[in-house]
Amino acid sequence: MARVLPLAAAIGETVRDGDTVAMEGFTHLIPHAAGHEIIRQGRRHLTLVRMTPDLIYDQLIGMGCADRLVFSWGGNPGVGSLHRLRDAVENGWPNRLAIEEHSHAAMANAYEAGAANLPFAVFRGYKGADLPKVNPGIRSVTCPYTGEVLATVPAIRPDVTVIHALRADRAGNVLLEGIVGVQKEAVLAARRAVVTVEEIVDDFGPRSPNAVILPAWTVTAIAVVPGGAHPSYAHGYYKRDNAFYQAWDGIARERDTFLAWMKEHVLAKGPDAFAVHARKAA
Amino acid sequence: MTYTANEMMTVAAARALTNDDVCFVGIGAPSAACNLARLTHAPDITLIYESGTIATRPNVLPLSIGDGELCETALTTVSVPEMFRYWLQGGRITLGFLGGAQIDRFANLNTTVVGPYDSPRVRLPGGGGAPEIATHCGQIFIIMAQGRRGFVDRLDFVTSMGHGEGGDHRERLGVRTRGPTKVITDLCVMEPDPVTKELTVVSIHPGVTRDKIVENTGWPIRFAGTVAETPAPTERELAVLRDLQERTRRAHAGEGTAGEQAAARTGGK
Repeated sequence: MARVLPLAAAIGETVRDGDTVAMEGFTHLIPHAAGHEIIRQGRRHLTLVRMTPDLIYDQLIGMGCADRLVFSWGGNPGVGSLHRLRDAVENGWPNRLAIEEHSHAAMANAYEAGAANLPFAVFRGYKGADLPKVNPGIRSVTCPYTGEVLATVPAIRPDVTVIHALRADRAGNVLLEGIVGVQKEAVLAARRAVVTVEEIVDDFGPRSPNAVILPAWTVTAIAVVPGGAHPSYAHGYYKRDNAFYQAWDGIARERDTFLAWMKEHVLAKGPDAFAVHARKAA
Repeated sequence: MTYTANEMMTVAAARALTNDDVCFVGIGAPSAACNLARLTHAPDITLIYESGTIATRPNVLPLSIGDGELCETALTTVSVPEMFRYWLQGGRITLGFLGGAQIDRFANLNTTVVGPYDSPRVRLPGGGGAPEIATHCGQIFIIMAQGRRGFVDRLDFVTSMGHGEGGDHRERLGVRTRGPTKVITDLCVMEPDPVTKELTVVSIHPGVTRDKIVENTGWPIRFAGTVAETPAPTERELAVLRDLQERTRRAHAGEGTAGEQAAARTGGK
């Protein structure tokens, strides 16, 4: 049953050294505040799983939290490279980073298989592509009905999934709307789940009966962190900070500017620093 | 009216789209071309972004594949697993629009690495949705600025399949979609030869010479028997494109009040 905790306690009790951690949110609702907390707590040897590593994993990788990355698209969307990810892969800085690379379709299917408690995902994919030559986890199965050969990948089963949602209610149920990505699958595939939210409300109020709701008994811990997705965004609260995504290219390009930024904005700060970005759209 | 080579590329790509297309849109140049088509001759085109937004009508171009603008103006938004399983793999999408870092003569694309995979000279972002977009959409358009670094004799890595080794390679792998049917660059438009599937120049943009195309291609490029001249961008095409890009620039820089953006939205319809 979900317990409402301060962010430091929520991360401290659920994320351990060596864990496989999925921090999802497809462009929308990326749990940046939780990522900063993992960095501040000095977690090490993590396997980080995320379709689009984005700035959140550029930061975790650059600060030495990760041994391994499972991903399907590792760029700064619309801007260019993730320089810390590149530096780790190309030069082994700050440490060597093993990579397990997939396509989006494969990872989306692998999360769904994890949520469905299946050992692997089956789909029609990777035809004519080179990834199966470099990722031994990509295999195939022959359909027992048609004889068609289909691609398979292992299910994703994180030790802990971390997401950011719009709001929780007093009972600890969690609501997501807008671009919902793969978060429901990532939470249901994981042993433990941590959710940061913009706010806790008495009642969710009028909503579609098909809104994405994660019941309290699927969530381990909830932390209230207004603005906690910034520079990603929260539908109905604040917009994606595209100017920051563009500025990150300059911040992260060199090791010293990156470390100085992390020291000033992450190590010396707490989750309250995100509140400046929080607002509820009129 | 003067225009840049990049504007010519975007306009030529937009013209290839129709009202009937259900189009899976890549970020960047494909997104600009698709939205230019929607704002000019193809107002009913269905644009889909891999974040799950279906039939979206953004007022400004998204910087990412999942900007809020896409969701707020979409007919509906589905989860990412649903997007890739039901809509893409389900065969509901007629056209995929891709860009790439490198392309070869059979329109295979590399967005993964330059150099060996295990010790790359340059680590590129990777495939994202492209490997399955390339085989599940009815056909594929590719938009890329032309140069020797991008148009290469041999790819270091095949991120997504075009026509593979040429000929009937797709059919031999059991892929039933058409694959790349057009490559639009800032110099020309290429189409695959009907039999060999090797890219062939079919239309040259105004003021571009054959020599320039040869110089900017890393293999001995072929020209069709009859090569057309691409019509120059019209004043309307340029005005709509520039207006869209100016709105986009202001929005991404965080300029413009909510009221101004709302006014622009009304004016854009």
